[in-house]
Amino acid sequence: MLALADFLVVGAILFCVSVAGIFVNRKNIILLLMCIELMLLAVNLNFIAFSHFNRDIAGQVFVFFILTVAAAESAIGLAILVVLFRNRRSINVEDISTMHG
Amino acid sequence: MNDIALILPEVSLLALACVVLLVDAFAGKRSPELTFWAAVLSCVIVLAEVARFVPEAAMFGFSGTLRIDVLGVVLKTFVLVLVLLSFFYAREYFSKRPGEIRGEYYPLALFATLGMMILISASSLLTVYLGLELLSLSLYSLVALQRNSVVASEAAMKYFVLGALASGLLLYGMSILYGVAGTLDLSELLVKVANLESQRLLLTFGLVFLVVGIGFKLGVVPFHMWVPDVYQGAATPVTQFIGTAPKLAAFGMTMRLLVDGLEGLAEQWQQMLIILSVLSMGLGNLLAISQRNFKRMLAYSTIAHMGFMLLGLISASANGYAASMFYITLYALMSMGAFGSIILLCSAQSEGDQLSDLAGLGKRSPWFAFILLILMFSMAGVPPFGGFWAKWSVLKEVVAADYVWLAGVAVLFSLIGAYYYLRVIKIMYFDEPESPYPVTGSADLRFLLSVNGLLVLLLGLMPGGLMAICQAAAIPYSP
Repeated sequence: MLALADFLVVGAILFCVSVAGIFVNRKNIILLLMCIELMLLAVNLNFIAFSHFNRDIAGQVFVFFILTVAAAESAIGLAILVVLFRNRRSINVEDISTMHG
Repeated sequence: MNDIALILPEVSLLALACVVLLVDAFAGKRSPELTFWAAVLSCVIVLAEVARFVPEAAMFGFSGTLRIDVLGVVLKTFVLVLVLLSFFYAREYFSKRPGEIRGEYYPLALFATLGMMILISASSLLTVYLGLELLSLSLYSLVALQRNSVVASEAAMKYFVLGALASGLLLYGMSILYGVAGTLDLSELLVKVANLESQRLLLTFGLVFLVVGIGFKLGVVPFHMWVPDVYQGAATPVTQFIGTAPKLAAFGMTMRLLVDGLEGLAEQWQQMLIILSVLSMGLGNLLAISQRNFKRMLAYSTIAHMGFMLLGLISASANGYAASMFYITLYALMSMGAFGSIILLCSAQSEGDQLSDLAGLGKRSPWFAFILLILMFSMAGVPPFGGFWAKWSVLKEVVAADYVWLAGVAVLFSLIGAYYYLRVIKIMYFDEPESPYPVTGSADLRFLLSVNGLLVLLLGLMPGGLMAICQAAAIPYSP
C-alpha cells in the first residue's frame, strides 16, 4: 500500500526536475514550455494525494481547474513562441537577449 | 443576498468584455473609435455597480470562495478608475502611432481587469489562482500584441516563462497548505493556522512558495527579472497598464493571502518581507541610476517603490495596511502620469522613451515639463507632493512597529533614488533641446496629463481624503 509520503516524494522530484529544466536548459524554448507543464502536473499529483488522504474533494476540483488553465497557458505560450520565431527566426534561449542592464 | 447579486460587477464585466470583443471583431476596422467607447462605457457601468454596494461587514458568496468587503470595494474602484484613465491614454498613443496595435488592446485589458477584480475579491486559494491566471494570461498577450516588434515579443516570452514559473511555485505552496490545513478556504485557513501549532514548520514551508508568487506579481527583488524587460519591450500604453492597476491587484492578493488567510504566520512572513523589501529598495534604486531608457528607469523605480510599499505590510497592523494601500494608490497615479508623458513625447517615428528625448523640454513645452517635474518630485518623495505623504505614512507605521533601523535604511535608499529623479529634471531644464518645436499632442491628451499631474499635487496638499478612505478599508483588520 502506498503512503502519502510516496506521492509527495514523486511530486517533489517532478517539481525539482522541472525547475531545474527551466534554469539549466539553454537551447530550446519549447523545452521550457514542457518544463512548465511538468511543474503543473507535479502540483496536481500533490493535490490529488492530499485530497485522497485527507478525504476532501476540494483538492481534486482544484486539479481540474489547473489542467484547464494549463491548456490555456500553453496555447498562449506557443502563440508568443510563433510571434517570436517570425521576428527572430530562432527559438534558441541564448538568442533572447536584446535587452539587458 | 444571493450569489449572483454579490458578484454582479464581475458578471457584467465578463459580458461587456465579450461584447467589446465582438464590436472590435465586426466594426473595429471601419471605426476603431467604436471599440474604445464601448470599452469606456463598460468600465463606467462596472464602476457604478461596484460603488453602488458597500457592505458593512464582509459578505461571502459561492460557498465562501468569494468575499465582498470594504477593502475589496475600495480596491476595485481604484482599479477601475486607473483602467479607465489608461484607456484614454492608450487611445492617444494609437492615434499618434497608427498601425502599431489595433483594437484588441481594449478587450484584453478588460479581461485583465476581470482577473484583477476576482483576485481582489478572492476568499479561497482556488479563486486567488484563477484570478491571478486570468490577469497574467491577458497581460502576456497584451505585451505580445505589438506583433512586428522584436523587443516586444522577446519581452512577452520572458514574462511568460517567468510568470508561469512563479505561478507553478505559488501552486506548489498552495498544495502544501491544502495538505496541512485540509482546506482551500482562506477564512477557514485562518482558524486552522491558529490551532495547528505543531504543524507550524510545514505551514511555513508552504508560505515560502506563496511569498515567491506574491513577490513575482509585485515585482520585488529577487523576483524582479521580468520587470525591466517587460516595461522596456512592451508598447507604452501596455507598460502603463501593467505598471498601474495590476499593482493594486497584487496588493489585494497580498492582503488576501497573507492577512486574510495566514495572519497566524505573521511572524514568519514579516521576516521574509523585510528581506524582499530591503533588497528591492537597494537594487531598484541603484540600478535605476545607470539607465538611458526612461521606461527602463521607471521599471527599476517601480521595483524600489514596491519594496517601500511592503514596509507598511511588515508592521502587520491595520494602520500599516492602510499606509501601504495609500502608497500603492498614489504610486499608481504617479506612474500613470510618467508613462503618459512618454505617450506625449512619442511620434509616428519614435517611441520617445529615451531619456535624451526629454532634453530641453523645459524650453519646448514649459507646462508639460512642469507636470513631469511634479511627478518626479513626487516619486522622489519631496514635500509638498503626494509621494511625500505616501512615504511619510509608511515610515510612521514602520517606526511605530519598532523597526527603526528599517526606516533608516528606507530613507537612505530614497535619498539615493532622489538622484535619478532629479537627473530627469536636470535633463528637462538644463540640456539643449534637439528640436526647438513644442511637443505635439491632442487637446484630450494635454488635458488628461495636466489633470493627472495636478491630482498628484492636490493629493500632496490635501492627502486627508484618500488616507481616510484607505483607513476605512483597513478598519476590519484592527484588533
